[in-house]
Amino acid sequence: MRFTPIRPPHLRPAVSVTRVMSEVLIALVPATIAYVWFFGPGILINMAVCVTVAALAEAAVLAARGRTALPQLADLSAIVTAVLLAFALPQLTPWWVTATGAAFAIIFAKQLYGGLGYNPFNPAMAGYVVLLISFPVEMTQWLPPAGMDLAGDRPGLGASLAYVLNGQLAAPLSWDVVGGATPLDDVKTQLGLMRTVDEVRSSPLYGDFGARGWEWINNFIAIGGVWLLYRRVIRWHIPVAVLLGVIIPATVFYAADPGHNASPAFHLFSGATMLGAFFIATDPVSAATSDRGRLIYGFGVGLLTYVIRAWGGYPDGVAFAVLLMNMAVPAIDHFTVPRAYGHER
Amino acid sequence: MAEQSQLWRFHGGLELPAHKSSSTSVPLSTVRLPSLLTHPLSQHIGSPSEAIVAPGDYVRKGQPIARATGYIGSPVHAASSGTVVEVGPHPVPHPSGLSADCVVIKTDGRDDAYQGYDPLVNYRTLNAPALRARVRECGIVGLGGAAFPTSVKLNTGARLKSLILNGAECEPFISCDDMLMRHRAEEIVAGAQIMLHALETNHCCIAIEEDKPESHESLLRALSVVGDKRIEVVRVPALYPEGGERQLIQVLTGNEVPAGGIPADIGYLCQNVGTAVAVARAVLRGEPLISRIVTVTGAGVVQPRNVEVRLGTPICHVIEACGGYADAARYLIMGGGMMGFPLRGDQLPVIKATNCLLVASDEDIRPRSPALPCIRCGDCATVCPAQLLPQQLYWHTRGEDFEQVENLNLYDCIECGCCDLACPSHIPLTQYFRYAKAEIWSQRRERQRSDIARDRFEARNARLESEKSERARRLAEKTRMLQTGAADPATKQALIDEVMKRVGEKKHSPSEESGNQ
Repeated sequence: MRFTPIRPPHLRPAVSVTRVMSEVLIALVPATIAYVWFFGPGILINMAVCVTVAALAEAAVLAARGRTALPQLADLSAIVTAVLLAFALPQLTPWWVTATGAAFAIIFAKQLYGGLGYNPFNPAMAGYVVLLISFPVEMTQWLPPAGMDLAGDRPGLGASLAYVLNGQLAAPLSWDVVGGATPLDDVKTQLGLMRTVDEVRSSPLYGDFGARGWEWINNFIAIGGVWLLYRRVIRWHIPVAVLLGVIIPATVFYAADPGHNASPAFHLFSGATMLGAFFIATDPVSAATSDRGRLIYGFGVGLLTYVIRAWGGYPDGVAFAVLLMNMAVPAIDHFTVPRAYGHER
Repeated sequence: MAEQSQLWRFHGGLELPAHKSSSTSVPLSTVRLPSLLTHPLSQHIGSPSEAIVAPGDYVRKGQPIARATGYIGSPVHAASSGTVVEVGPHPVPHPSGLSADCVVIKTDGRDDAYQGYDPLVNYRTLNAPALRARVRECGIVGLGGAAFPTSVKLNTGARLKSLILNGAECEPFISCDDMLMRHRAEEIVAGAQIMLHALETNHCCIAIEEDKPESHESLLRALSVVGDKRIEVVRVPALYPEGGERQLIQVLTGNEVPAGGIPADIGYLCQNVGTAVAVARAVLRGEPLISRIVTVTGAGVVQPRNVEVRLGTPICHVIEACGGYADAARYLIMGGGMMGFPLRGDQLPVIKATNCLLVASDEDIRPRSPALPCIRCGDCATVCPAQLLPQQLYWHTRGEDFEQVENLNLYDCIECGCCDLACPSHIPLTQYFRYAKAEIWSQRRERQRSDIARDRFEARNARLESEKSERARRLAEKTRMLQTGAADPATKQALIDEVMKRVGEKKHSPSEESGNQ
């Protein structure tokens, strides 16, 4: 009897990268629905553009590197990057802006570093930051959420498509009518004009504890995140640390001067806090690796987010915070090697 | 038995499919004696034994056929009576796949018993060295798979807090300890009592995983008959690799065995339950270790079951006793589904360490899917019972940065395979770590060899240098003496004679000069 040689262990993993990535995509479905509910179908168009460009870019680079495209596209990591980037963009973004971001994320931030697993920076955030700096106008034209009378008509699917394709709002609409600042932007500007938080928050832009519409999207993102925790796709250290990194300084400053600092709840449920905590900072490739390292990394992301929001030049800081902490990861990993079994504490 | 003692957790681990029910649902049976028994001389960790029989010798069942050499060693005994037909190299079940010296016995079917070991029923009157000597002369080694000589382990030097009998048996497919605990609980208890006496220790804890209720019941019954308050049965959660002694000690005591140390350093000693039975038989009945229970399982065997096998029996004979191979048989593995190693053929003998023969099909062992790049998810570190960072170890192993690999405590890796199963990128991590360990060892040997060569070279240079300067010094001295003593012809003549004499000596022994070159 001849037997086939084989190396232990002989049981096989039940998990796969594809499964991990598809769970992340599934976890974003509720938030996507909420997004469409409050802000119209623009995000779906952004997603379509992002996914198409990301997949093409990934396939093109892999072909150029002499690799087969299919197994690597099937890991869905490029799709996750694309969808997360789409979440970060304004609802109506001209397609070339979106495409530039997706292509930069995949080609420069991911594949040129060696592809999946080798990128030191979060590709979606790298793509987003490039767009924020290169297209400051397009990247700051946000729609107000549904339910605000001052907004007039929100663009429907047709109008959205038309804008995405040619960068012009269709005749009756104009950015003066439909556009507006995001609440984070608004708070920043208004506080700069020496108004108090209470005065600012009387605007219909604001909801129960955060920004109108955004607070619900944040809720659904958090629910998706909890589902990922339950499915063990992500672990608790990073999300909890990010949220603490935002809550702690927000609470301190809010307690010290509630008139001039937004509340912790506002910070949690506005902007990209939840997306950052559960979906962006948890990208394992660019995050720290040990439990302790992840707590430090996450806390850093949260803290920097607050710092940039409160004192920086941009209304939201998640993308910059994540990229800055990405830079710190090798150092964090170096100093947080866990104690191995049987070694001195 | 009072209430369950407090339990701790070890880091990581995995809940794995047990794959044990097919082999435990059939009663234990005995494999009949084969016509040839092959006894490898080295079945244990330590120095190989030395054959004390020659071809043509008649041996009885239980007669020693090889003696231990060195302190960490163990003798080997004939598993049945018959004639020694050969002492020489044969393939043995070892991960290396190499051959080693074996004693081959042609059995006569009479099972004539050797009477060399008296039963020591009153072992309580004996001291620890005497008991250890009996355990040693009966060839008892750890039967959990590592086969470390038990007598050496029993010589702890310091007083122990507790003796731990390991009945966790966490590895998929293996069920020989489960069957042993179900059927030989009294002997396990007897073995525990003997070892407690030999260790002068007052507490023994028998650990059983929760998924073996029959074993638990059976041990409780056996204990209630004996009524020994020193022995406690503890159920531990079923979690792989809890059967690893370091993990089991952590679960039972909350303490960690120091890296590079042994359990006795913190006052514990771990023995497999099968070893306890072997000890009991060696002491109470004077039976050396000549048989063991082996789990034969997997979809590749017709009747998966546990069998009692004489050591030295060819594996094909054991498989035949279990109904032979099924069509699906594709892999033959000694050990379980996580750490078992492949065997090249089924002519190899069952040895002391053979706890399980897994005849696996393609269903049991699916092919590995191609590895993707590491996404640094860290799930490998989450499941690692040694609290290592497999992903970092993998990264540095790929980069051949073995210094960093050692800094990250590669040598604490127990090769349990948990990281492999947790990896979404399907990277064969354990294989990388085995490679890294082997590579570091060979580099270290290489370095030692080159160190020795360099030392030699430098020593030779220094010697040549000192010889040269010595010669120059002597020449200078002679020259000076010739010049200063030129006035005195007698001195001059004496010097010339001396030189001529030395030249003459050198002519007769030319090797002295050339030998120095």
